[in-house]
Amino acid sequence: MKKTLFLAVFSAIMIACGGKTTKDTQLAQGELTLSGTIKIDGSSTVFPVTEAVAEEFRSVAPKVKVTIGISGTGGGFKKFSRGETNLSNASRPIKDKEMAACAESNISYLELEVAYDGLAVLVNPKNDWVDSFTVAELKKIWEPAAQGAIMKWNQIRPEWPNEEIHLYGPGVASGTYDYFTKAIVGKSGSSRGDYTASEDDHVLVQGIAGDKYSLGFFGLAYYSENKDKLSLIGVHNGTEVVKPTLETVSNGTYKPLSRPLFLYVNSTSVASKEVVTFVDFYLENAGALSKDVGYIPLPKEKYNAQQERFNAFVIKNK
Amino acid sequence: MRKLKEGIIEKTLLTSALITIAVTIGIVSVLAFETVRFFKEVSIIDFFTDTQWTPLFTDKHYGILPLLSGTFLTSAIAISVALPIGLSISIYLSEYAPKNFRKTVKPMLELLAAIPTVVYGFFALIVVTPFLQGIFPSLSGFNSLSAGLVMGIMIIPFISSISEDALHAIPKELREASYGMGATKLQTAFKVVVPAASSGIIVSIILAISRAIGETMIVAVAAGQQPRLTLDPTVPIETITAYIVQVSLGDVQHGSIEYRTIFAAGITLFAFTFILNTISYSIRKKYRSAYE
Repeated sequence: MKKTLFLAVFSAIMIACGGKTTKDTQLAQGELTLSGTIKIDGSSTVFPVTEAVAEEFRSVAPKVKVTIGISGTGGGFKKFSRGETNLSNASRPIKDKEMAACAESNISYLELEVAYDGLAVLVNPKNDWVDSFTVAELKKIWEPAAQGAIMKWNQIRPEWPNEEIHLYGPGVASGTYDYFTKAIVGKSGSSRGDYTASEDDHVLVQGIAGDKYSLGFFGLAYYSENKDKLSLIGVHNGTEVVKPTLETVSNGTYKPLSRPLFLYVNSTSVASKEVVTFVDFYLENAGALSKDVGYIPLPKEKYNAQQERFNAFVIKNK
Repeated sequence: MRKLKEGIIEKTLLTSALITIAVTIGIVSVLAFETVRFFKEVSIIDFFTDTQWTPLFTDKHYGILPLLSGTFLTSAIAISVALPIGLSISIYLSEYAPKNFRKTVKPMLELLAAIPTVVYGFFALIVVTPFLQGIFPSLSGFNSLSAGLVMGIMIIPFISSISEDALHAIPKELREASYGMGATKLQTAFKVVVPAASSGIIVSIILAISRAIGETMIVAVAAGQQPRLTLDPTVPIETITAYIVQVSLGDVQHGSIEYRTIFAAGITLFAFTFILNTISYSIRKKYRSAYE
């Protein structure tokens, strides 16, 4: 009896796995024979997109080995500027210092936008007083000086209730934390410490959903999974209050909590066919795959523009 | 030949005993070593007097008090649940319940201790907290109240089982003498048997406290992750154990001061459970000699 059950479960798993590999991707002639190694490193935020692309790429060019590191955007650029990697994931544009390092070792590169990421500010659905936040208010709540000082809702706006504010946010190991603190407080990694910090976004969802006086933030992807339990708050971008949506994030009006994600290509690497094929494949599929992993795709024409720029870059460096 | 065999067996047994001791010494010395390095950078006075614990953030504070208060609060709630319930159960089972009933109910109660604590944690978070929010609307999603209550249920068998053993071990003559003096069953139970078994009952309570202090999953799941110096059971707090879990799961750099905080927190926890276990051991030793 036990054995049959085991067999049944086993075959069910086999079938489930089999279903996955039948996903069709366009197979161009000759790519099956491509081989070589593509080295990628950089931001852990971009990693899910690149990883998803690499996984799909395997069915197109099974002999090409793609290795993806997560040293962070800065760490990735360090290796990139020494010519150790072909591509670099980045959640911000390259800095002047990193540009200089690339120039020093005679590396020229191309910057490609691959997707957008948005950060959602959330409260409990029972919260009926907050309609929007300004960046200054968010800063007042989250900056290091707020620790032990800004404890009640009416300290933000006097008309808000005289109740303790319960804060939830990603832990310090999270890229989302770096990004939020950079955009709101002004300095990456700088915030108050007396809030419920968890790297697990589900804990944050659970915390905000069960607490009327809560306030928290995390990646937009987790909000879309829990729309019924949380209420999304718009942020004032300087001219108007904007809520993060597919549209406002991709057209840049949801400021400052949205950002483009980048892929940097080393000019010498485009001499090898597998890198060119990979980047082509990346730009072709990033739209659908970034959505799968919780990010927001660029508009179609923007991907086309990236593709054209990349084609020109390849021809120039041949 | 036979002597050799005996010798080998003896040595094997000795080695397993020594390995256990060596592991304990190893753990304690690693804890102590990292803690000494921690206190080279952080003043020990700050550690015990600062009211904030934010080692991972910009404005760093290393006050253990918020974590201690979290641990104390959840344990106190747990004991105040488990003590009356556990003690009533043990008195009923030993003094009133029919023999067969006792035989079936006792193992069932001990089953409570066999439930994985992570299950208790989710029970607290998903069932108990929403239920309590129906009564106290201002209760946070993470709070020490529901974690403490559920932890109390978890430690009931520690109190009921060990106390029951102690009550049961009281010689029959004591009860008969009491009845002979004209005492009722209730008077006998509370005025004769319970005082006679008091050392065993105290041991059970101390063991339960020590279990509650060291409990990790329930509080990590249901009590929150925000160190806060408070005795308010309705807000998120963080216990020592939950802090250690949180830091171990993050990507704190080895050898950094943030990394050493978990050893400082760990040794504080160890000190408490060590003291409690020592007390219970000495009481048990005393109690054992009483009726032999």
